[in-house]
Amino acid sequence: MLARMDASQAIADLTEISPQVRSVAVIAADGSVTGSNTSPEEAGRLADGARRLVETAEDVRSAHGLGPVAQLEAATTAGSVFVVRDGDRLIAATTTPEPTVGLVFYDLKTCLRAVDDDAPKPRRRAPRKKTDDAAP
Amino acid sequence: MPRRKLATGFLLAAGSFAGSVLVRRRAARRRERVDLYAEDGSMLSLAEGTPEAARLLPVAHELLAL
Repeated sequence: MLARMDASQAIADLTEISPQVRSVAVIAADGSVTGSNTSPEEAGRLADGARRLVETAEDVRSAHGLGPVAQLEAATTAGSVFVVRDGDRLIAATTTPEPTVGLVFYDLKTCLRAVDDDAPKPRRRAPRKKTDDAAP
Repeated sequence: MPRRKLATGFLLAAGSFAGSVLVRRRAARRRERVDLYAEDGSMLSLAEGTPEAARLLPVAHELLAL
């Protein structure tokens, strides 16, 4: 729950600094949506589409002998779709037509990293107290 | 004489309007593309009309229609 709230905050920051960005979804390694600024149904469809784009892009890049795809932009007259990959996680976004590509990529990467940084870290175990049994 | 001038002006205006529409349509069509950025820094641009773009662009259109 904490991670979801943090993702929402990171996405709110993203859409505030980058008004070209419309819908955003942060997708976890297991395919679940970690955060989004749209309805759960829409976010699910955006996540599904982003995964399909990455899978197809991987097919295309292997056919061309390229390295693994790190990010992609599909530009259409209706707007652009961006997908950025960080390990097994993805962030997908739709934008208005003719966006500032470099800035959008930068902002999406920053958002994805912010979500990662804000994710709850495993608690350290408290050191065990010595028991009296160990005493001579 | 003024009538002829008027007709010439009208024809010029209509012609330039039609030309601008054609140029804008063509430019809009050319904008459709998919750019893939690899981890090694290389980039592959797939223009509309290529078989690879034909696999990717419909998904993008689907997402933009959400």
